Amino acid sequence: MGWWPLIRLLPKKTNFTYVKFAAFAAFLSIAAVSASLVSMFTGGFRTNPIEIFQQAAGTPLARFGAVMERGFNLGIDFRGGTSILIEAPQPIDLGDLRTLGGRLQDGGVEVQGTTCRPADSPPYCAIINFESTEGVADTVEALRRELPQVAEGARVLNVDAVSGRVSEELFAGGLIALGLAILLMLIYIWFRFEWQFGLGGVMALFHDVILTLGVFSIFRLEFNLTIVAALLTIIGYSMNDTVVVFDRLRENLRKYKRMPLGELVDLSLNETLSRTIITGCTALFALIGLYYFGGESLEGFAIAMIFGIIIGTYSSLYVAAPAILIWGVKRGREGGEARGAPQPAR
Amino acid sequence: MLNVARWRVVLVAVVTILGVIFALPNFLTEQQRTALPGFLPRAGINLGLDLQGGSQLLLEVDVSTLQRQQLDNIADQMATALREATPQIRYTGRGVVGDAGRVRLIDPTQMEAARAAIRQIALSPSGGNDIITFTEGADGLIEARITPVYLRELSRQAAQQSIAVIERRINPTGTAEVSIQRQGDSRIVVQAPGVSDPEQLKERIGQTALMTFNMVREVSPEEAAAGVIPPGAMVVQPYPGVGDRADVVERRPRFTGERLVRANPSTDPQTGEWVLAFQLDSEGARIFCRITREHTGDRFAILLDNQVLTAPTINEPICGGTGQISGRFSAESARELAVMLNAGALPAPLTVIDERTVSASLGQDAIDSGVVASAIAGLVTFVFMLLAYGTFGIFACIALVVNGVLIVAAMSTVGAVLTLPGIAGLILTIAMAVDANVLIYERMREEAAVGRGPALAIDAGFNRAMITIVDANLTTILAALILFQFGAGPVRGFAWTLSIGVVTSVFTAVLVTQILIAWWFRIARPKTLPI
Repeated sequence: MGWWPLIRLLPKKTNFTYVKFAAFAAFLSIAAVSASLVSMFTGGFRTNPIEIFQQAAGTPLARFGAVMERGFNLGIDFRGGTSILIEAPQPIDLGDLRTLGGRLQDGGVEVQGTTCRPADSPPYCAIINFESTEGVADTVEALRRELPQVAEGARVLNVDAVSGRVSEELFAGGLIALGLAILLMLIYIWFRFEWQFGLGGVMALFHDVILTLGVFSIFRLEFNLTIVAALLTIIGYSMNDTVVVFDRLRENLRKYKRMPLGELVDLSLNETLSRTIITGCTALFALIGLYYFGGESLEGFAIAMIFGIIIGTYSSLYVAAPAILIWGVKRGREGGEARGAPQPAR
Repeated sequence: MLNVARWRVVLVAVVTILGVIFALPNFLTEQQRTALPGFLPRAGINLGLDLQGGSQLLLEVDVSTLQRQQLDNIADQMATALREATPQIRYTGRGVVGDAGRVRLIDPTQMEAARAAIRQIALSPSGGNDIITFTEGADGLIEARITPVYLRELSRQAAQQSIAVIERRINPTGTAEVSIQRQGDSRIVVQAPGVSDPEQLKERIGQTALMTFNMVREVSPEEAAAGVIPPGAMVVQPYPGVGDRADVVERRPRFTGERLVRANPSTDPQTGEWVLAFQLDSEGARIFCRITREHTGDRFAILLDNQVLTAPTINEPICGGTGQISGRFSAESARELAVMLNAGALPAPLTVIDERTVSASLGQDAIDSGVVASAIAGLVTFVFMLLAYGTFGIFACIALVVNGVLIVAAMSTVGAVLTLPGIAGLILTIAMAVDANVLIYERMREEAAVGRGPALAIDAGFNRAMITIVDANLTTILAALILFQFGAGPVRGFAWTLSIGVVTSVFTAVLVTQILIAWWFRIARPKTLPI
């Protein structure tokens, strides 16, 4: 059946030594995680958390909340308020739109241009955000009436109004969901493997979630409900990847009872590398397609997932598996402390 | 493994054929769909609001108003119980202050008797625990508070009743595709596909049509002109087109449209004019009887949304629980009012706490780009699998196509809702579906590399990869389950596609591929494994 030139991404057998780089990777990961956390407290390195804490009013908890609020570019889902998407056949003057918005409603008005597909050609789009949901009906009505003054033929495509209470609940719900997901994974891995595996897996999950959050914090990408869905999917994917590696590790632990743990980890990672890369690549390419063709609303999701899959793959290789080395793992009766030459892989 | 059991082949064949049948309606036009013979399914995938365009409102029952109404009612009941006790217990200061309904006994020594008299009010109508707690002050003050459990129960009931009322208001014919559901204790989600202007929707929901019966306070024309109104009273305007003059009425209604069993348009046999005949429930009849007995000669007003329909003089006690409202009705306006009255009042005001509108064109754009993105994802995956695994890659691709059909079929049958994030989930599922194939094929390669013959390698590949596949996919299912629990509309759609996709992909990647490889093996009899 030699009709098809099989493209091999990798040689049949790879011998990368992951464990050797584990310390370096750990340093990198810790640095990245720290940077992400700092970014969440400083509004993407743009604000001084101490200053905001001092200026904020209310209980210490509320002041802390004020600091965290700046950590992300929260979407309407989590911030509350009204968001209106407008489409026009010609470019919309954002300054004029802002003036109009300011006239229609007191308080915070925010205007931003956005790409309708395809970008830089008609129709042009803009988003106008109001801080409050008070009297949305009248505002939208007035906006519809007065839009033509700003841009001929403009129309309202989409209105989202989320009251503050709902947005708080959604935010809390999102956090609970993330925490619950990680906890469930810990229990599942513990149940199926050993506790060391569970801890390794969960470390990898925290790593992935925090780094993805960090990217959203640093680059001020809009953080909304869809991104929480993306995070949960990243957790699922990363765990999926980790489980494949763990599965092989468990198998090899039984097979090579005397091989040092470090070598075992390397061997297991090498054996599953080909699968890791092929699956990762298909997912990645599909998501890149989604990013380019999926339209405005799925852009954030696609970015989160693309980043998450890269990070999730990295964390399975460099966080989850090496983490097991920290705690070691109980091996069969004959195993104990690994000594002597490893058996040649048959 | 290469001798695939017959039942597996049958299972795969049956599932695939069923899949095609159930997926089919999605690819037909409306006319073709209705032309399908009766035994074939016609349901397509439900599109979420974000894809078909429409409006969604999240409404919340105003619990504090509900509580106040209920306390008012309780204070009333306490007063009645005290009045009807033998010997009569005299009280004053009946009213609601803060979160308590209260009365004050004129003679605090009667507290013992009062306690016994009002005791039955606290009993839950459905039995079980008390719904009200009483606190007694030394000065004869009795305060009644609603227990939190009962308040929650009340708001749940109010939400449930509101759903029925909203349904009748926005969908009187029952034909529109509107979904109205309770969410949590006190919230209602209204989804109206195709409605691009939620104002219209809100207006119709907000038509309170609250009918109240209030006593008229007679004031002299001079007083009225000077704007002097007695305390506890208010000026009400005539109902447009029906009422004929403004009046001053007591602010607190004697009873409300809740007590109305039904209202019908009819004609007065004497005058031939259009009237609204109404019937009250037993409690309403009792109250009405008492009022008309105590206030014979006075006027009472029937208000709709605080506008006077009519304010007749009470000529005699009316105790039958039926009556008629006369006004300057036309046949049309009488019928309209009857519909509004029968639709009932909302038990408590509703506030809109979340509102989302998507124009239909935006939804169509989302579908279009979703289709393009899915097609590209599928194509990329095909190419990738062919490049990596050649012949076996073709099998994986066939399995992927079957998988796609099964996902569409499953979503059409279980009534899952496809949302924009759901499309993203679909794309991800397409890409991830081949993971099981990759795990199997990689395992085969390894087994072949250690010198096993093709048959053994294929066998071992399937067997050994199976554990990993189950472990790996269960984690994704767990994540999807949490999304279900937590998710609001669109996110829940994502959870649907993700979990359906995982189940079908394991089915196709394992069973379909296995059968294809077994057939191929029998025909090709390969000496080496072609991957």
